[in-house]
Amino acid sequence: MSEAISALAAALGDGSVEVVDLTHTLDPDFPVIVLPPEFGQCARFRMEEVSAYDGRGPAWKWHNISMNEHTGTHFDAPIHWVSGRDVANGAVDEIDPAMFVGPVVVIDCSEGAATDDDFELTPEIIAAWEAEHGTIPAGSWVLMRTDWSKRRGAEYLNMADDGPHSPGPTPAAIELLLKRDIRGFGTETVGTDAGQGAHYTPPYPAHYLLHGAGKFGLQCLSNLDRLPATGAMLIAPPLKIKGGTGSPLRVLALVPQTTASGDRT
Amino acid sequence: MTDKLLPPKKKNPQLRQRVPTLPPAMRSRAALGLTAAAARGAFCLQHCEECGAVQYPPRDACSSCLSVDLAWRETAREGKLIAETRIHASPDPYYRERLPWRSGLVQLEAGPTVLCHLHGDVGRGDTVRMDLKLDKAGQGVMIALPVERTPDMADDPQLRSLTADPKHRRVLITDIRSPMTRPLIDGLLAAGAAHIFVGESESWRRGSDHEAIAALDKVSVMQLDVSDASSVQRLAAEIGGKTDILINTARFVRPGGVLGADTVFAREEFETNALGLMRLAQAFGPGMASRTADGVNSAVAFVNLLSVHALSADPHYGAFSASQSAALSISQTLRAEFRSSGLRVINVFTGPTDDEWHQPLPPPKVPPKALAKSVLTALSEGLEDVFCGDVAKDLEERWRKDAKVLERELTGGGT
Repeated sequence: MSEAISALAAALGDGSVEVVDLTHTLDPDFPVIVLPPEFGQCARFRMEEVSAYDGRGPAWKWHNISMNEHTGTHFDAPIHWVSGRDVANGAVDEIDPAMFVGPVVVIDCSEGAATDDDFELTPEIIAAWEAEHGTIPAGSWVLMRTDWSKRRGAEYLNMADDGPHSPGPTPAAIELLLKRDIRGFGTETVGTDAGQGAHYTPPYPAHYLLHGAGKFGLQCLSNLDRLPATGAMLIAPPLKIKGGTGSPLRVLALVPQTTASGDRT
Repeated sequence: MTDKLLPPKKKNPQLRQRVPTLPPAMRSRAALGLTAAAARGAFCLQHCEECGAVQYPPRDACSSCLSVDLAWRETAREGKLIAETRIHASPDPYYRERLPWRSGLVQLEAGPTVLCHLHGDVGRGDTVRMDLKLDKAGQGVMIALPVERTPDMADDPQLRSLTADPKHRRVLITDIRSPMTRPLIDGLLAAGAAHIFVGESESWRRGSDHEAIAALDKVSVMQLDVSDASSVQRLAAEIGGKTDILINTARFVRPGGVLGADTVFAREEFETNALGLMRLAQAFGPGMASRTADGVNSAVAFVNLLSVHALSADPHYGAFSASQSAALSISQTLRAEFRSSGLRVINVFTGPTDDEWHQPLPPPKVPPKALAKSVLTALSEGLEDVFCGDVAKDLEERWRKDAKVLERELTGGGT
């Protein structure tokens, strides 16, 4: 075993690196994005019992499951958006698997999102974060923490007569992240864009700009409050769906534990 | 005077629940004409096309001239009760539980004298109004009713055994988002329903009348998504033992034919309209079927709302029509499966409804209130097939006349 892998195995073994699950449970009643009804809709997660140690299969239990590629905690590939339709290797089965494991930084917007449902991640917030933690390294996942994952029921999509209200990035913020050559951008909300993201120029800037640039998206993440601002590693491999535009997935973070003195191990 | 039906007392949990029994179900094929008429609330008898005789009981040939050219025709309902009897002993398990039972002979103005059940408010010598109704065995039987409505008339035990009256019963309406749910709730409460459960799917979407409906007296909003088996099973586990009437208002509809559309919306239409019905029947059906003899608030009916295009497709709503045909077919199998219990499967057919998915269509369109009224009529009259609105009535008539001609008309040209 190489030194790095041995060290990681030891750290996982003694708890100095913790595995944090950033995934919501796939549940039939978990919210999905709701589009105007004349558009095609995102299928909800569904599970049908095939047998349960009974006449349909005496010694085994199993289910048929069905869902959209973008149901639950999920990954967005570049070809998900029209701007990324011609990106080379832009489908989930074509993406270099090395892209599925990488460093992650977390920008904490939870304070602002607690008082403003339409809280925006702006270049100024990113600049302030970089002043404290250093420039966002190229190849990083950037996650926007809002604590939105703690919301339940109708509070999550937060639908109103004028559409959903949830936090997200401005176009300028995404442009800045692209300058940093990030790997992808992730959120706790139902999409990488703000609930009112349709009203930006371009509409849905996170989707439009990120995927146009061949970057990835992660949404419906949870437990972001358990990640440090820098220093964690994200493991986010989507299912290998032929021509898939995204996929539900289990997102894990390897998080170094702080010592009593506050230093990271 | 009919004794007013009182709300049932709470059940004695030490007594065995009564097992459903059925009245005699055997009929000749000819006699099934009575059943077919009763199912839609018509009063039909055999009319001889050669000599004009009206006959009862139904036979394969005319009892006057032996012609086999017999047509089932709407017949005048008036008659005179010429004899009555009160039965105090019967070897039949169904009637034994319901003794004494009154029956009588009515001389119909149309000609024949018929043996029939008697409403409590009619007596010998009275002019009566005849009705054909489906009994618990799902067969057409006649009952003599008072000509004028009498107080609490529907509470008469003999009549109530032939209807699915909501009075004192507990009702589940499956979809709070259906525009007909609110008028249906109002109608059921006015008809004396004991409690109404209203299913709500995906409350996380908001946009339902949750607040207003949950605030109503005797109404509870429950989580229910007919497209999700676990959700249906969860609710059945909670209220399946006290669901006396189930009214399935859940419906998914999108315009579009077959060629121009993908199968995504079609799948949703089948998931909700056809498989949703199956899930509801699987989860609630057995419990309801076991409670059809459970006293005043026995389980009595499973109600589907179907497009009349279940009979013949509307190509402008191709996949939706297909889902409705599937649902109709499922309801027919359910009738077979519920037969031994006496649980009634009611189909209410409608033409285009006055809602967002039929918005550009010209009138006549069926308003939600009219549809709710048809459901209430079906329950209180004990019907099995109801056609609501002019479009549905017209299509049914044309379908009965010649299904192929109707198909040709609906698929372009020929009109």
